[in-house]
Amino acid sequence: MNGWSALDRFLRTDPQDVGCGQAMEMLHIYAELAAAGAPVQEHYPDMAAHLRACGPCGEDFEGLLAAVRGEAG
Amino acid sequence: MTDHAAALAGLDAESAEWPRALACSGPRREEALAQLHGLLVRIAQKEVARRGPRLQLTGPELDDLAYQAAADALVAITSKLGQFRGESRFTTWAYKFVMFEVSAKIGRHFWRHPGVRLDAEDWERLPDRFGFDPAQEAEWRDLLAALHRAVDQELTARQRRIFVAIVLNNVPLDALVIELACNRNAIYQTLFDARRKLRAALAAGGYIDDDGRRRS
Repeated sequence: MNGWSALDRFLRTDPQDVGCGQAMEMLHIYAELAAAGAPVQEHYPDMAAHLRACGPCGEDFEGLLAAVRGEAG
Repeated sequence: MTDHAAALAGLDAESAEWPRALACSGPRREEALAQLHGLLVRIAQKEVARRGPRLQLTGPELDDLAYQAAADALVAITSKLGQFRGESRFTTWAYKFVMFEVSAKIGRHFWRHPGVRLDAEDWERLPDRFGFDPAQEAEWRDLLAALHRAVDQELTARQRRIFVAIVLNNVPLDALVIELACNRNAIYQTLFDARRKLRAALAAGGYIDDDGRRRS
């Protein structure tokens, strides 16, 4: 990724982005559906927009997804 | 039956049993707490191991962090038990608090590094932060100068402080939560608004298109 695209990605905001509060509230539901293979990005585009943009929430999601998949495996 | 009870009644047996056992008293509760703590420690250890390579933490520190996160997650879970609405398995809901606590502990650990700067403004770092190639400075110099001006002219004092900490000084958002004694959402939203203002300023100045493409 070059500087232009990195800066563009940083400055780009999605009006659908739900913010951390709501994302943290429903993270367990989203992660469990994602682990089950549900099309979560289509069902919850506002949540997906936030997880793409927010590093800390994205990290928590990846961890929770790994934990749920580990339990199932 | 209340909606809450109905939702719990529709759960798998294990997920329905956890809140019952944790809400009662005596040996049954103690046994459930010990069992849940064991699960949380295991999940926390896996999580810190997953994040470990990107952290400046060694084995014993990672293990301490995992135990602290599991203990604090257990406190959060027992205090929020009434908020479990059966929308996922109980363990998925519980593990969420492990993730939050691991993030919070890592954020706190960040401030143990000597030389961490919150408010220092070294704008020479800006090109490197976004990965601009020094050999092509002629192409991006005006853009970053405009970005600096927009930060000076468009942002509120709080937006500017958070921009400087996160972008120039590379302070993780969860570490800033600790330092500013607020929550993740408040900082994210402040930075979100700042990003929107900066993009609008750069687009108005003709440095980028509204759709984000570089103007040649």
